[in-house]
Amino acid sequence: MTPLIEVRGLRFRYEDGTAALNGIDFRLDPGETVAVFGANGSGKTTFVLHLNGLLAGEGTVKVCGLLVEKKNLAAIRRKVGIVFQDSDSQLFMPSVLEDVAFGLLNQGMDRAAAIARAHAALETVGMSAAAGRAPYHLSAGEKKRVAIAGIVAMEPDVLVLDEPTANLDPPGQRSLADLVARLPQAKILVTHDTPFALALCKRAVFFQAGLISADGTVEELVSRFDWDFTLGPSKLSR
Amino acid sequence: MHPAVLDRWSRGSSPVHRRDARAKLVALLVFLVCLATAHRALPWLAAGLLVLLAAALLWARLPLAAALARAAVVVPFGAVFALISWAAGDPARGLALVAKSYLSALAVLLVVATTPLPALLRGLEMMGAPPFLLAVGQFLHRYLFVISEEARHIRTAAVARGAAARDWMAPGVRFRSAAGALAGLFARSYRRAEEIHRAMRARGFGGRIPPLGEARFRGGDAVFAVLASLAPVALRVAVERVAR
Repeated sequence: MTPLIEVRGLRFRYEDGTAALNGIDFRLDPGETVAVFGANGSGKTTFVLHLNGLLAGEGTVKVCGLLVEKKNLAAIRRKVGIVFQDSDSQLFMPSVLEDVAFGLLNQGMDRAAAIARAHAALETVGMSAAAGRAPYHLSAGEKKRVAIAGIVAMEPDVLVLDEPTANLDPPGQRSLADLVARLPQAKILVTHDTPFALALCKRAVFFQAGLISADGTVEELVSRFDWDFTLGPSKLSR
Repeated sequence: MHPAVLDRWSRGSSPVHRRDARAKLVALLVFLVCLATAHRALPWLAAGLLVLLAAALLWARLPLAAALARAAVVVPFGAVFALISWAAGDPARGLALVAKSYLSALAVLLVVATTPLPALLRGLEMMGAPPFLLAVGQFLHRYLFVISEEARHIRTAAVARGAAARDWMAPGVRFRSAAGALAGLFARSYRRAEEIHRAMRARGFGGRIPPLGEARFRGGDAVFAVLASLAPVALRVAVERVAR
């Protein structure tokens, strides 16, 4: 079976010299949902930015068998959809419908089809009523749903969500988990939110200093790295 | 002016709202040229144009007093030059400047408050406005609000740490903290711009924001454009004839 994502020996250094990724190997198979854990600055976001060619490091990244390189970028950005942490940076069009249709029109889809697909995506995330509204009128949870609709509309094979529950209240987090669980794509969830990851993923990987230091079940990694607020005092403070 | 108010107004329903953006933009252009080039019997013409705009605002079912008040935001800018004219011994020119800037702002407000931004941008694009300029306008409209919110957060954080306690804060220190806040805001805006660009590229942005709305110029729009353009011109001709 061709993996959806196959990463080998990925290294990346920012312009200021910071080594963010130091040799990542990773594989995602169809139907999988994987949680990406790790401390702030451990390279999680840098890693996912490589998955649709927003950053390019050394090593190989393949999406559905296609090498992530300049000539494949258009195809790869159709296959991997990223929902960024800050929805305000993702929703830049004057109305919700236009924002959801943005990626489709960039793909060259004609207007009527793009509008129909955008409406369907808004329906999927339960935001049909907001189609004509301006994004700044929406709550944090609603913005997140619209941002997801903008990605889901493009019908990617892999959905990457970067800190999806950040800034959401607990009911908002729950309803987001319900929504994400319903989406059929394979998913990569970059998160610090252990209950969210437990609700949605079986597998997790753990980032440390630009490397994947562990790959196992969510429960295994949470207990091994003391990665849950509810576990009591952290090892650091003991 | 809070963008949310304009946005709400622009999504209203009235005969003016229903007209194509291009019809309104043409009429606006004619109005502005007619006003800017007028100099004879200006007080009468200004009064007539004000009545005309007020009638249009009512026709568009917009709150008249609120719209009149909001258009006044430009007055302080015009007033500075008016004062200079006044000091130079030409008060009539100063008053004309204030009147013209106020009426221009009111006319622009009328168009912007009756046309949702996407339709307005689409109309401007179809009339040949440079797409880059329109994209800048669109981003400004979208993010001014976000950035002003961030500025408010910075200010709140500064006040929470005693920034308002002026008596123990030397002016030099206050200036430095304001400069620091401004630098922080600039850095945040810059980072925000990078994030937006990244999010756009992730969805296949190729350098041009694709338009979504389909604008159709109907017969009614043409009639509206002609009549709305003729009104200020006819008014000016009539006022200048009477004044002769």
